[in-house]
Amino acid sequence: MPSITREEVAHLARLARIELSDAELDHLAPQLDQIIALVGQVSQVAADDIPPTSHALPLTNVMREDVNVPCLTPEQALSGAPAAEEQRFRVPRILEED
Amino acid sequence: MSDLTRKTAVELQELMTSGQASSVEITQAHLDRIAAVDDSVRAFLHVDSEGALAQAAAIDAKRAAGEKLGPLAGVPLALKDVLTQEGVPTTAGSKILEGWKPPYDATVVKRLKAAGIVILGKTNMDEFAMGSSTENSAYGTTHNPWDLNRIPGGSGGGSSAALAAYEAPLAIGTDTGGSIRQPGAFTGTVGVKPTYGGTSRYGLIALASSLDTPGPCARTTLDAALLHEAIAGYDPMDSTSINQPVPAVVEAARRGDVTGLRVGVVKELGGEGYQPGVEARFHEAVELLTKLGAEVVEVSCPHFQYALPAYYLILPSEASSNLAKFDAMRYGLRVGDDGINSAEKVMNLTREAGFGDEVKRRIMLGTHALSSGYYDAYYGQAQKVRTLIQRDFANAYEQVDVLVSPATPTTAFPIGDRADDPIAMYKNDLCTIPVNLAGNAAASFPCGLADEDNLPVGFHVMAPVMRDELLYTVGAALESALAEQWGGVLMAQAPELEVTR
Amino acid sequence: MTAAVLEIDDALAQYDPVMGLEVHVELNTRSKMFCGCPTEFGAPPNTQTCPVCLGLPGALPVVNARAVESAIKIGLALNCEIAEWCRFARKNYFYPDMPKNFQTSQYDEPIAYNGWTEVVVDGETYRIEIERAHMEEDTGKSTHVGGATGRIHGASHSLVDYNRAGIPLIEIVTKTIEVPGDKAAAVAKAYVSMLRDLLLALGVSDVRMDQGSLRCDANVSLKPTGSATFGTRTETKNVNSFRSVERAVTYEITRQAAVLASGGKVVQETRHWHEDTGITTSGREKSDAEDYRYFPEPDLVPVAPSREWVEEIRSSLPEAPTLRRVRLQEEWGFTDLEMRDVVNGNALEPIVATVELGVTPTAAKKWWLGELARAANESGQELNALGVGPAEVAEVQKLVDAGSLNDKLARQVFDGLIKGEGTPAEIMAKRGLALVSDDSALIEAIDRAIAANPDVVEKVNSGKPAAAGALIGAVMKDMRGQADAAKVRELLNAKLGI
Repeated sequence: MPSITREEVAHLARLARIELSDAELDHLAPQLDQIIALVGQVSQVAADDIPPTSHALPLTNVMREDVNVPCLTPEQALSGAPAAEEQRFRVPRILEED
Repeated sequence: MSDLTRKTAVELQELMTSGQASSVEITQAHLDRIAAVDDSVRAFLHVDSEGALAQAAAIDAKRAAGEKLGPLAGVPLALKDVLTQEGVPTTAGSKILEGWKPPYDATVVKRLKAAGIVILGKTNMDEFAMGSSTENSAYGTTHNPWDLNRIPGGSGGGSSAALAAYEAPLAIGTDTGGSIRQPGAFTGTVGVKPTYGGTSRYGLIALASSLDTPGPCARTTLDAALLHEAIAGYDPMDSTSINQPVPAVVEAARRGDVTGLRVGVVKELGGEGYQPGVEARFHEAVELLTKLGAEVVEVSCPHFQYALPAYYLILPSEASSNLAKFDAMRYGLRVGDDGINSAEKVMNLTREAGFGDEVKRRIMLGTHALSSGYYDAYYGQAQKVRTLIQRDFANAYEQVDVLVSPATPTTAFPIGDRADDPIAMYKNDLCTIPVNLAGNAAASFPCGLADEDNLPVGFHVMAPVMRDELLYTVGAALESALAEQWGGVLMAQAPELEVTR
Repeated sequence: MTAAVLEIDDALAQYDPVMGLEVHVELNTRSKMFCGCPTEFGAPPNTQTCPVCLGLPGALPVVNARAVESAIKIGLALNCEIAEWCRFARKNYFYPDMPKNFQTSQYDEPIAYNGWTEVVVDGETYRIEIERAHMEEDTGKSTHVGGATGRIHGASHSLVDYNRAGIPLIEIVTKTIEVPGDKAAAVAKAYVSMLRDLLLALGVSDVRMDQGSLRCDANVSLKPTGSATFGTRTETKNVNSFRSVERAVTYEITRQAAVLASGGKVVQETRHWHEDTGITTSGREKSDAEDYRYFPEPDLVPVAPSREWVEEIRSSLPEAPTLRRVRLQEEWGFTDLEMRDVVNGNALEPIVATVELGVTPTAAKKWWLGELARAANESGQELNALGVGPAEVAEVQKLVDAGSLNDKLARQVFDGLIKGEGTPAEIMAKRGLALVSDDSALIEAIDRAIAANPDVVEKVNSGKPAAAGALIGAVMKDMRGQADAAKVRELLNAKLGI
């Protein structure tokens, strides 16, 4: 019984917005299955009463003053845009409203 | 005058201050060397000859005008292509960023420029720093100057190979699970991962935000320390930056005195799976430290065995989110924009075409680990293991000042050897990963060649948080004692590269 | 597209509505949530961006301290507990106007939680429980090109402006609101309206609903009358005026009731509110594809507001608007109706300021509500944009009190002020508006009026003193209104011997 099925991998690809081909799915699914078996070893550690660590160091309250700093120019902002129009980023039609 | 490319940064500085060489000459010598050998090494993705020579000329002018310059002013450097440099192509080794020229400098790059360091160009790396061999670069593999049929390590293989090929005396790497230290070990050079937060991540294209650390690479300990000092320190643009003075790394590298230093050999990082030649050189180096006055004991870090699985949950989780921004909307590659395809479709097609296999694997693994229903078992549990590994370190540092291990279980392997076996590839980083999870400092220093293959072995030192100077203490002591043994530095034993042009 | 709906009365006869309201407020900080870019509304596209808010590779966020302070203020004003330690989290989903394809937000550790507030509808007070208030960032803005009227459907492409991306947002989420069905929509409206006043009083947001700085999502579900089981809810997005909140809630009640009454099932989905047609339409279905994969934001360290800081903020909070209103009404002696008019006319703050300058509340109300609010309304302006402030109102009233102006002339002075003709004194001079206080001029005018109206004088003399009113009118007309009517009456009465 694999730890992850081909269908689940296809679902992950949709969530991650990657248009995987069937051939890639065939290739990736068993590899992911192996990797998940490896990483699943973390469950062997008894850690019920252990607090999780999300940050390497225990810093808190790092904030900046509410002041303005110079922006990019619109030319700089748009310099990498695959397409631009009217000083805006031109993107293909959007299917769904947010 | 002898070949400028064989000099250390410290020696180059002496030549410049004494007027025997200019920065332009030194820069040109390195550009020539790149032209001569990089066809076979392929350390660079982009060489910025014009920019480098202009920077060098500016430093020469300042020097001529009597301006006070830093210890590395005018010295050339190779920059890993994962840091943004304004106006210079920055790809992170990925097709998805091909041709992107950032409109801003990373903080590390700003500091390099402020120190007068001359940036020669951008070095090759595994795509988005995911890998241990540079084979995952979208722009081809970098070759190890010690044996061109072998990988130089990764992800920062380009930076370390550039040092070993004498294409640059200094380089910048970034270390998420060993990407500075492992290539350092494989190329017989010095690679330092500073304390997390000791060097700024601003402008470092993120792989795993809670692990990534930029750091110095060089052929000698003192050069690395000087570079460390130039780039480190608090940055208000990085919320995880530590607001404390930079540890006295240069002083430590100059003194290199391990008398009375308590050194712990990590029991769990050795034995089965470790190449005998690697273990032999490592243990000899430990002996040497004892002779030099260090007190060596064995220390157990029982949770290190879970570091690799925890790492391969935390890293892909963060990476899956960090890499979501590459969606063809604002910069970089755009595929399938035919006027009919939707934005959603174009995102899917672009990410399919623009990301390589390893990147896709890790994005999907991370997406899985964060999914509702799996979070607690995977990401949540990995974070608890992270706590346990931090506690292992804390316990160890109650007994010793630094921990040591081999930097890698093996020496550099042949190109293609592990290319389609992700797990074998992941195991390269067994020794280096625990430090990234805990956030403390570590480095790899050359400690000889393995008997089996005559390839470099790295000696791994792990210091507590913000005690980075201890790395240089150990590195410098080893370096001078070994040089005495060998009658020169390890790099002197590297084969001469064939000059192709 | 139009769904079947029941009449609201029929709907409420069979079902009880359950609501939840999520309000997004844009803070009025100078800079964005995580970078130093300005937050001005209406700037040319992509002129207020940097690597951070554009989500460029390598850029990192740093939290705006004032945004945190504002969040704490809002939390305290809503009687919330303030977290001792909380983190930001990434909410992962792809959308072209979201630069990083994750929103930096808060998930299970909001900065403020477990609060409550009250609203008054038809004299009845309703308590609303607050689930949480958390910090997050706004998205960019897309313009859809090539389709009909800028709608997303049928567009050929879109243009994105990231000026708004990264502006600090506070999301305020209520617990489920269960009030009598016939009050639900009004309570929803009153809640959003109360929030607006509160946020203005706190000074944390401009709350310009027309500019989208306060946006409401309304969750509505129905359960059969008397039942304890909640029904399936819908989330109606971007309901952006008080009136729309009321209308959208009413619409969803009637639509869902029609679905349920015909034996159908309400679909759990996002719905879009259409201001023009007054209906909601189906957006995307909530599916498993919507897995936001929240995890703690590794680029930001936890926020741990010290108790000292929280108490300092608490002590700086202004009086709660609802309490203050009750107090002011009592002090001013206004009726409920008068007070409601003042509040609805946005005249509360100007009246407070005018009263502080020594004007009686009644006079202040008369000018602000009777004169200035009317003028603002006629010209389609905001009251505070008229160019007349409490100081001018107080000055005019002082002239009235001194007998230099009467109400009618004062109105003309206000007209001049609105038209920018200068100070009240200058306007009086320019327009020749001063009251004539010279008795001889008035007596001359009275004599002329008596001479011109012998019939009226006759009536007065024959025992009908009330007829003298016509003479006063004639004198006032002769004086072109610039006479104190009481003075005229006094002099006239003396002349006529009544």
